[in-house]
Formats: sequence, C-alpha cells, structure tokens
Amino acid sequence: MSDLIDDPAPGQNMPEYTVSEISGAVKRTLEGEFGRIRVRGEVGRVFRARSGHLYYDVKDDRNVLACTTWKGQIARLSVEPEEGLEVVVTGRLTAFGAQSKYNMNVEEVAVAGQGALMALLEKRKKALAAEGLFDKERKRPLPFLPEVIGVVTSPSGAVIRDILHRLRERFPRKVLIWPVAVQGTACAPEVARAINGFNALTPGGALPRPDLLIVARGGGSVEDLWGFNEEIVARAAAASAIPLISAVGHETDTTLIDFTSDHRAPTPTAAAELAVPVRLDLLTQIESQGGRIRTAARNGIARRQQRLADLARGLPRHDTLLSGPRQRLDIASDRLPAALIRGVQHRRLRLSELSGSLRPVTLARLLAANRTELQRLSLRLSPALERGLRTRRELYENQSARLLPRTLEAQITRERVRLDTLSRRLSRCGTTWIEALRGRIEAHDRLLATLGYEATLRRGYVVVRERGNLVTTCTAAAQAALLEIQFADGRLNVGPQSSPAPRPRKTPSPEQGSLF
Amino acid sequence: MSDTPVEKLSFEEAMKELESVVNQLDHGDVALDRSIALYERGAALKKRCEDELKRAEEKVAAITLDNDGNPTGTAPVEGN
Repeated sequence: MSDLIDDPAPGQNMPEYTVSEISGAVKRTLEGEFGRIRVRGEVGRVFRARSGHLYYDVKDDRNVLACTTWKGQIARLSVEPEEGLEVVVTGRLTAFGAQSKYNMNVEEVAVAGQGALMALLEKRKKALAAEGLFDKERKRPLPFLPEVIGVVTSPSGAVIRDILHRLRERFPRKVLIWPVAVQGTACAPEVARAINGFNALTPGGALPRPDLLIVARGGGSVEDLWGFNEEIVARAAAASAIPLISAVGHETDTTLIDFTSDHRAPTPTAAAELAVPVRLDLLTQIESQGGRIRTAARNGIARRQQRLADLARGLPRHDTLLSGPRQRLDIASDRLPAALIRGVQHRRLRLSELSGSLRPVTLARLLAANRTELQRLSLRLSPALERGLRTRRELYENQSARLLPRTLEAQITRERVRLDTLSRRLSRCGTTWIEALRGRIEAHDRLLATLGYEATLRRGYVVVRERGNLVTTCTAAAQAALLEIQFADGRLNVGPQSSPAPRPRKTPSPEQGSLF
Repeated sequence: MSDTPVEKLSFEEAMKELESVVNQLDHGDVALDRSIALYERGAALKKRCEDELKRAEEKVAAITLDNDGNPTGTAPVEGN
C-alpha cells in the first residue's frame, strides 16, 4: 500500500502555468466576465498620449480604475473625459499582461446626471464672462444683406435643408457649407476649426469669404449638444471677425456658443430669417420709393407751373401799362409849341429891360461919383500926415523935459547918506567885535598861564635841560656836560663837578614832562 | 446726396440714400435744378437696388476638406 500510496510532492497534481498562460487566462476571464459594464466614478488625471490614445483614471473615494480610449474610439465619445467630471463609462475590462495590470477600455463616456453637466457649464460660463467674452460691446451688427453666407453644420440632415429652404424663400444667396460633426468629441474641434477656417478665407479669394456665419444644429439631449458647450467653440465664436449667428438645438436649449455669438437664433430656420431680409418686401419698398420719386417730381413741376400761372395772372396788361404815360406824352406834346414861344418872349422882354439901362450917361455918372470920392480923400491926406508928426513931437518933448540932472542929484544925495550911515555902523561893529575877541584871548592867556609848567615852577619845581634838550632821568643828568636849570624867576647853568649827585626829586616826573 | 457712383454702393447704402432722396423731394423745398438732379440720382439708386434684388441667385456649395481638415475646394450640394 505504501508503494501504492505515493507521497506526492505538494501541489504536483495542480496544473502549472507559464506567466503568459496565466496572463492570457486572466485576460480571458476578465473580458468574459466583464465584457460590457458600466462604471460610475469621478474622472481623475487625464493624459492624451502622442499616439492619440487617451489614458485616464476613474475613481471613487477608495479605489482607482485605469481607463483607456483608443484614438479611433475618441471621435465616438459624446463627452471627452475631463478631470473632476462625474461620469458613467461604458466598456469592457481587459488586462495588460506586460505590466500585470488590468484596465477598462471605454467606448462611451456619459456625464453622470444633468446636475454635474450643468455645474460644469456654469463654471465655464463664469470663467468666460469674467474675461468679458459675453460683453454687449463685443457684439457686431449683422449685415443687412450678406452676399455669401457660411453655414457650419452637418451637411446632411434637416438643419441645412431648413436653412436653405428659408433662405430661398426670403432671398436666395450664395451659401457655403462647412461640414462638421455636430455631436461626439469630434464636434467641438471641428466646429471651432470651421469658424476659424471661414475667417481665414481672404475676401475675393478662390473660396469667397462669407459676410455672415451661421453655426447650427438641431435639437438633442444635453449630451448631444455638449460640443457647443466646449470652450474652444465659444472662443472661436467670440474671436470670429465675421458676424456670427448661433442656432443650436431648440428654443429652450442654451449652449455656451449662444453667449459668445453676435446673435442667437432659437432655431436654424430663425437663423435664416435673421440672416437675410425678404426680397419681395424690398422690391415692393423700392417700387414704392420709385413711385414717390416720380410723384414728387411731377408734383414739383405741377406746383411750379401753377405758381407761374398765378404770377402771370398777377402781371398788369401791357396796354394798361402804357396808356398813362401815353396820355402824359400827348398832353406834353400839345403844350410844347406854346411853351417854346412863351419862353422866347420872356427872354426877349428881359433883354430889352436890361439893354434899356445900358447908356453912356450911366457910365459918366459912375465916373463922376468915383472922381468926387478921390478928391475928398486926397484933401484929407496932407493934414493927416502933419497931425501924425505933431503927436510924436509932443510925446518927445514931454519925455525930454522929464530927463533933468536935478532929479539924479537928489537921488545921489539920498544914497550917499545911506552909505555914510552903513559905514558908521560897520566900523562900530568892527570895534565891538575886536574888543570881544581881545577879552576872550586874555581869558585864554590866563588859563594857559595857570595850566603851564611855569606856574608849577613857582611852587618850587625846576626844569633841567642839557643844550636845550630836556633831561628827565638821573642817569642822563650824570652823563651831561653842562645842565641848565630853569626856576620860576630865571635859568642857572650848573657843571657836574660843581654840584652833588642830582636828586631825583628835583627832576620833573615823566608825567609832568609829557605836558610839553 | 452723395457723389459716390451707385455701383460702388452696397445694397443697404443705396436703399438708405434712396429713402433720403425721396424724403427731400417729398418736402418739395428744393430748387428746381437740384430737384432734377435728385430725381436722376433717385432713379439711378432705384435701378441699382432693383438690379441687386433681381440678381438674387442661389448657389449652394459645400467645402471639401483634406485629411487634416483644411479646405481644398467646393462641391455642389444637390438634393436640397
């Protein structure tokens, strides 16, 4: 039995896998068991590889699920995952044996609940509003009649048909359609690219540059319209130099592009109505303007004709205009010959009056009168001269009579008396003055004598001199050959041998000496 | 009344000027020779606007794009 009973090595009867085998088994199990699942969580870090694949995490408060979406799948996503977004991802689990990791391949991302999406939209709205992209001043007016209209929408579907239909009804125009995806993740970049692309066209280039853009999409769920809530779309609309009408969804749907576009239309059809006026209305209007011009011009001429006629009626008739003057002419011409004759007669009468007085007697009388006057005046001439001479002579004599030496002498005597008086007063003044001066000199002299050294001599002092020079010290006196001593009553010469050593007391003090 | 040739005016400018011409003529206080000039200008403006309205043609084309999404040309759109 013991032979029968093997003592097998532990685990010998368990199948043994290679690493690749077990990796494959795990992968198969995962993919089989979790072939199509939905996972709810919050998007974590998002990384787009250069290859175009998208790697991101979906997490809850404890665990993380690595997710991948391949490049080819991205376009079909309705929402591109964004960090912090609450989502429900749909796909299958798979394993990556090379790193012993499992992950989820996501084919569809849905925002978990409208609340989360709306919160995201509100956040974006606030950010763009803060940048001023919604400002009224940014909005450009739409052209009255655009030549070319650029439409950014899906080339197939009801939307473009509605727009073209309404345009044709109102005013057929040139329309350029830029085909774009209107949902999924491709939507936002394609729409932004279309708006920028239309703006990049040069006016008059191979492709005509539109005067007006319409960005349109039909109604749909919030997720369907989500592309038009993307920031790149809103920014492209704000940056568009061409006026832009946004018409996304139904009237009740408002997307981010509606805030940055120049005009928001509730529906694509309404966008077409905003884009062009009604041609027939304009034709009628033009026709009526033409009619008014014709009427106005006709009325203008008629009014002037009427006025002309009225004025013409007001003009007086030409015959009545002339009759008055003509009558005056008749009267004047009637009176003309008689007036001429009367004028001549009148002048003749005046001539005869004047010539009557023109006789030689008149002239002779005039001469006689003048002669008499001349004689009268010449008679007065010589007495007048004599009278003049006499008057002057009298004046002369009168004056010379007054010119007498006696008069002068009296004056001289008068002046001499005054001179004598004055010289007496002068000499008296001089004497008095001299007396006064003398008195003052004597007073000074007395004062001088009091103050002089000679008065001091009388009090017993002497002045010692040697050859006229003052000797003030004992030393000088000892060396002198001969001393002259001045007393009050005279001078005495003293030899050095003849006298004892001089006493300083006898010598005047330096103070006294300085008096000299 | 501007001196710009009517061909140089946009439809909207031509419309506006036509209205102003009509108003001036309607008021009737312009001199005769000027009113004649205004009438002629008005007639030219009206013709310009009418031509523009009659010229209204529809032409719809879709832009064709290359692989990078750049426009390459247009293709006529049919069936609308």
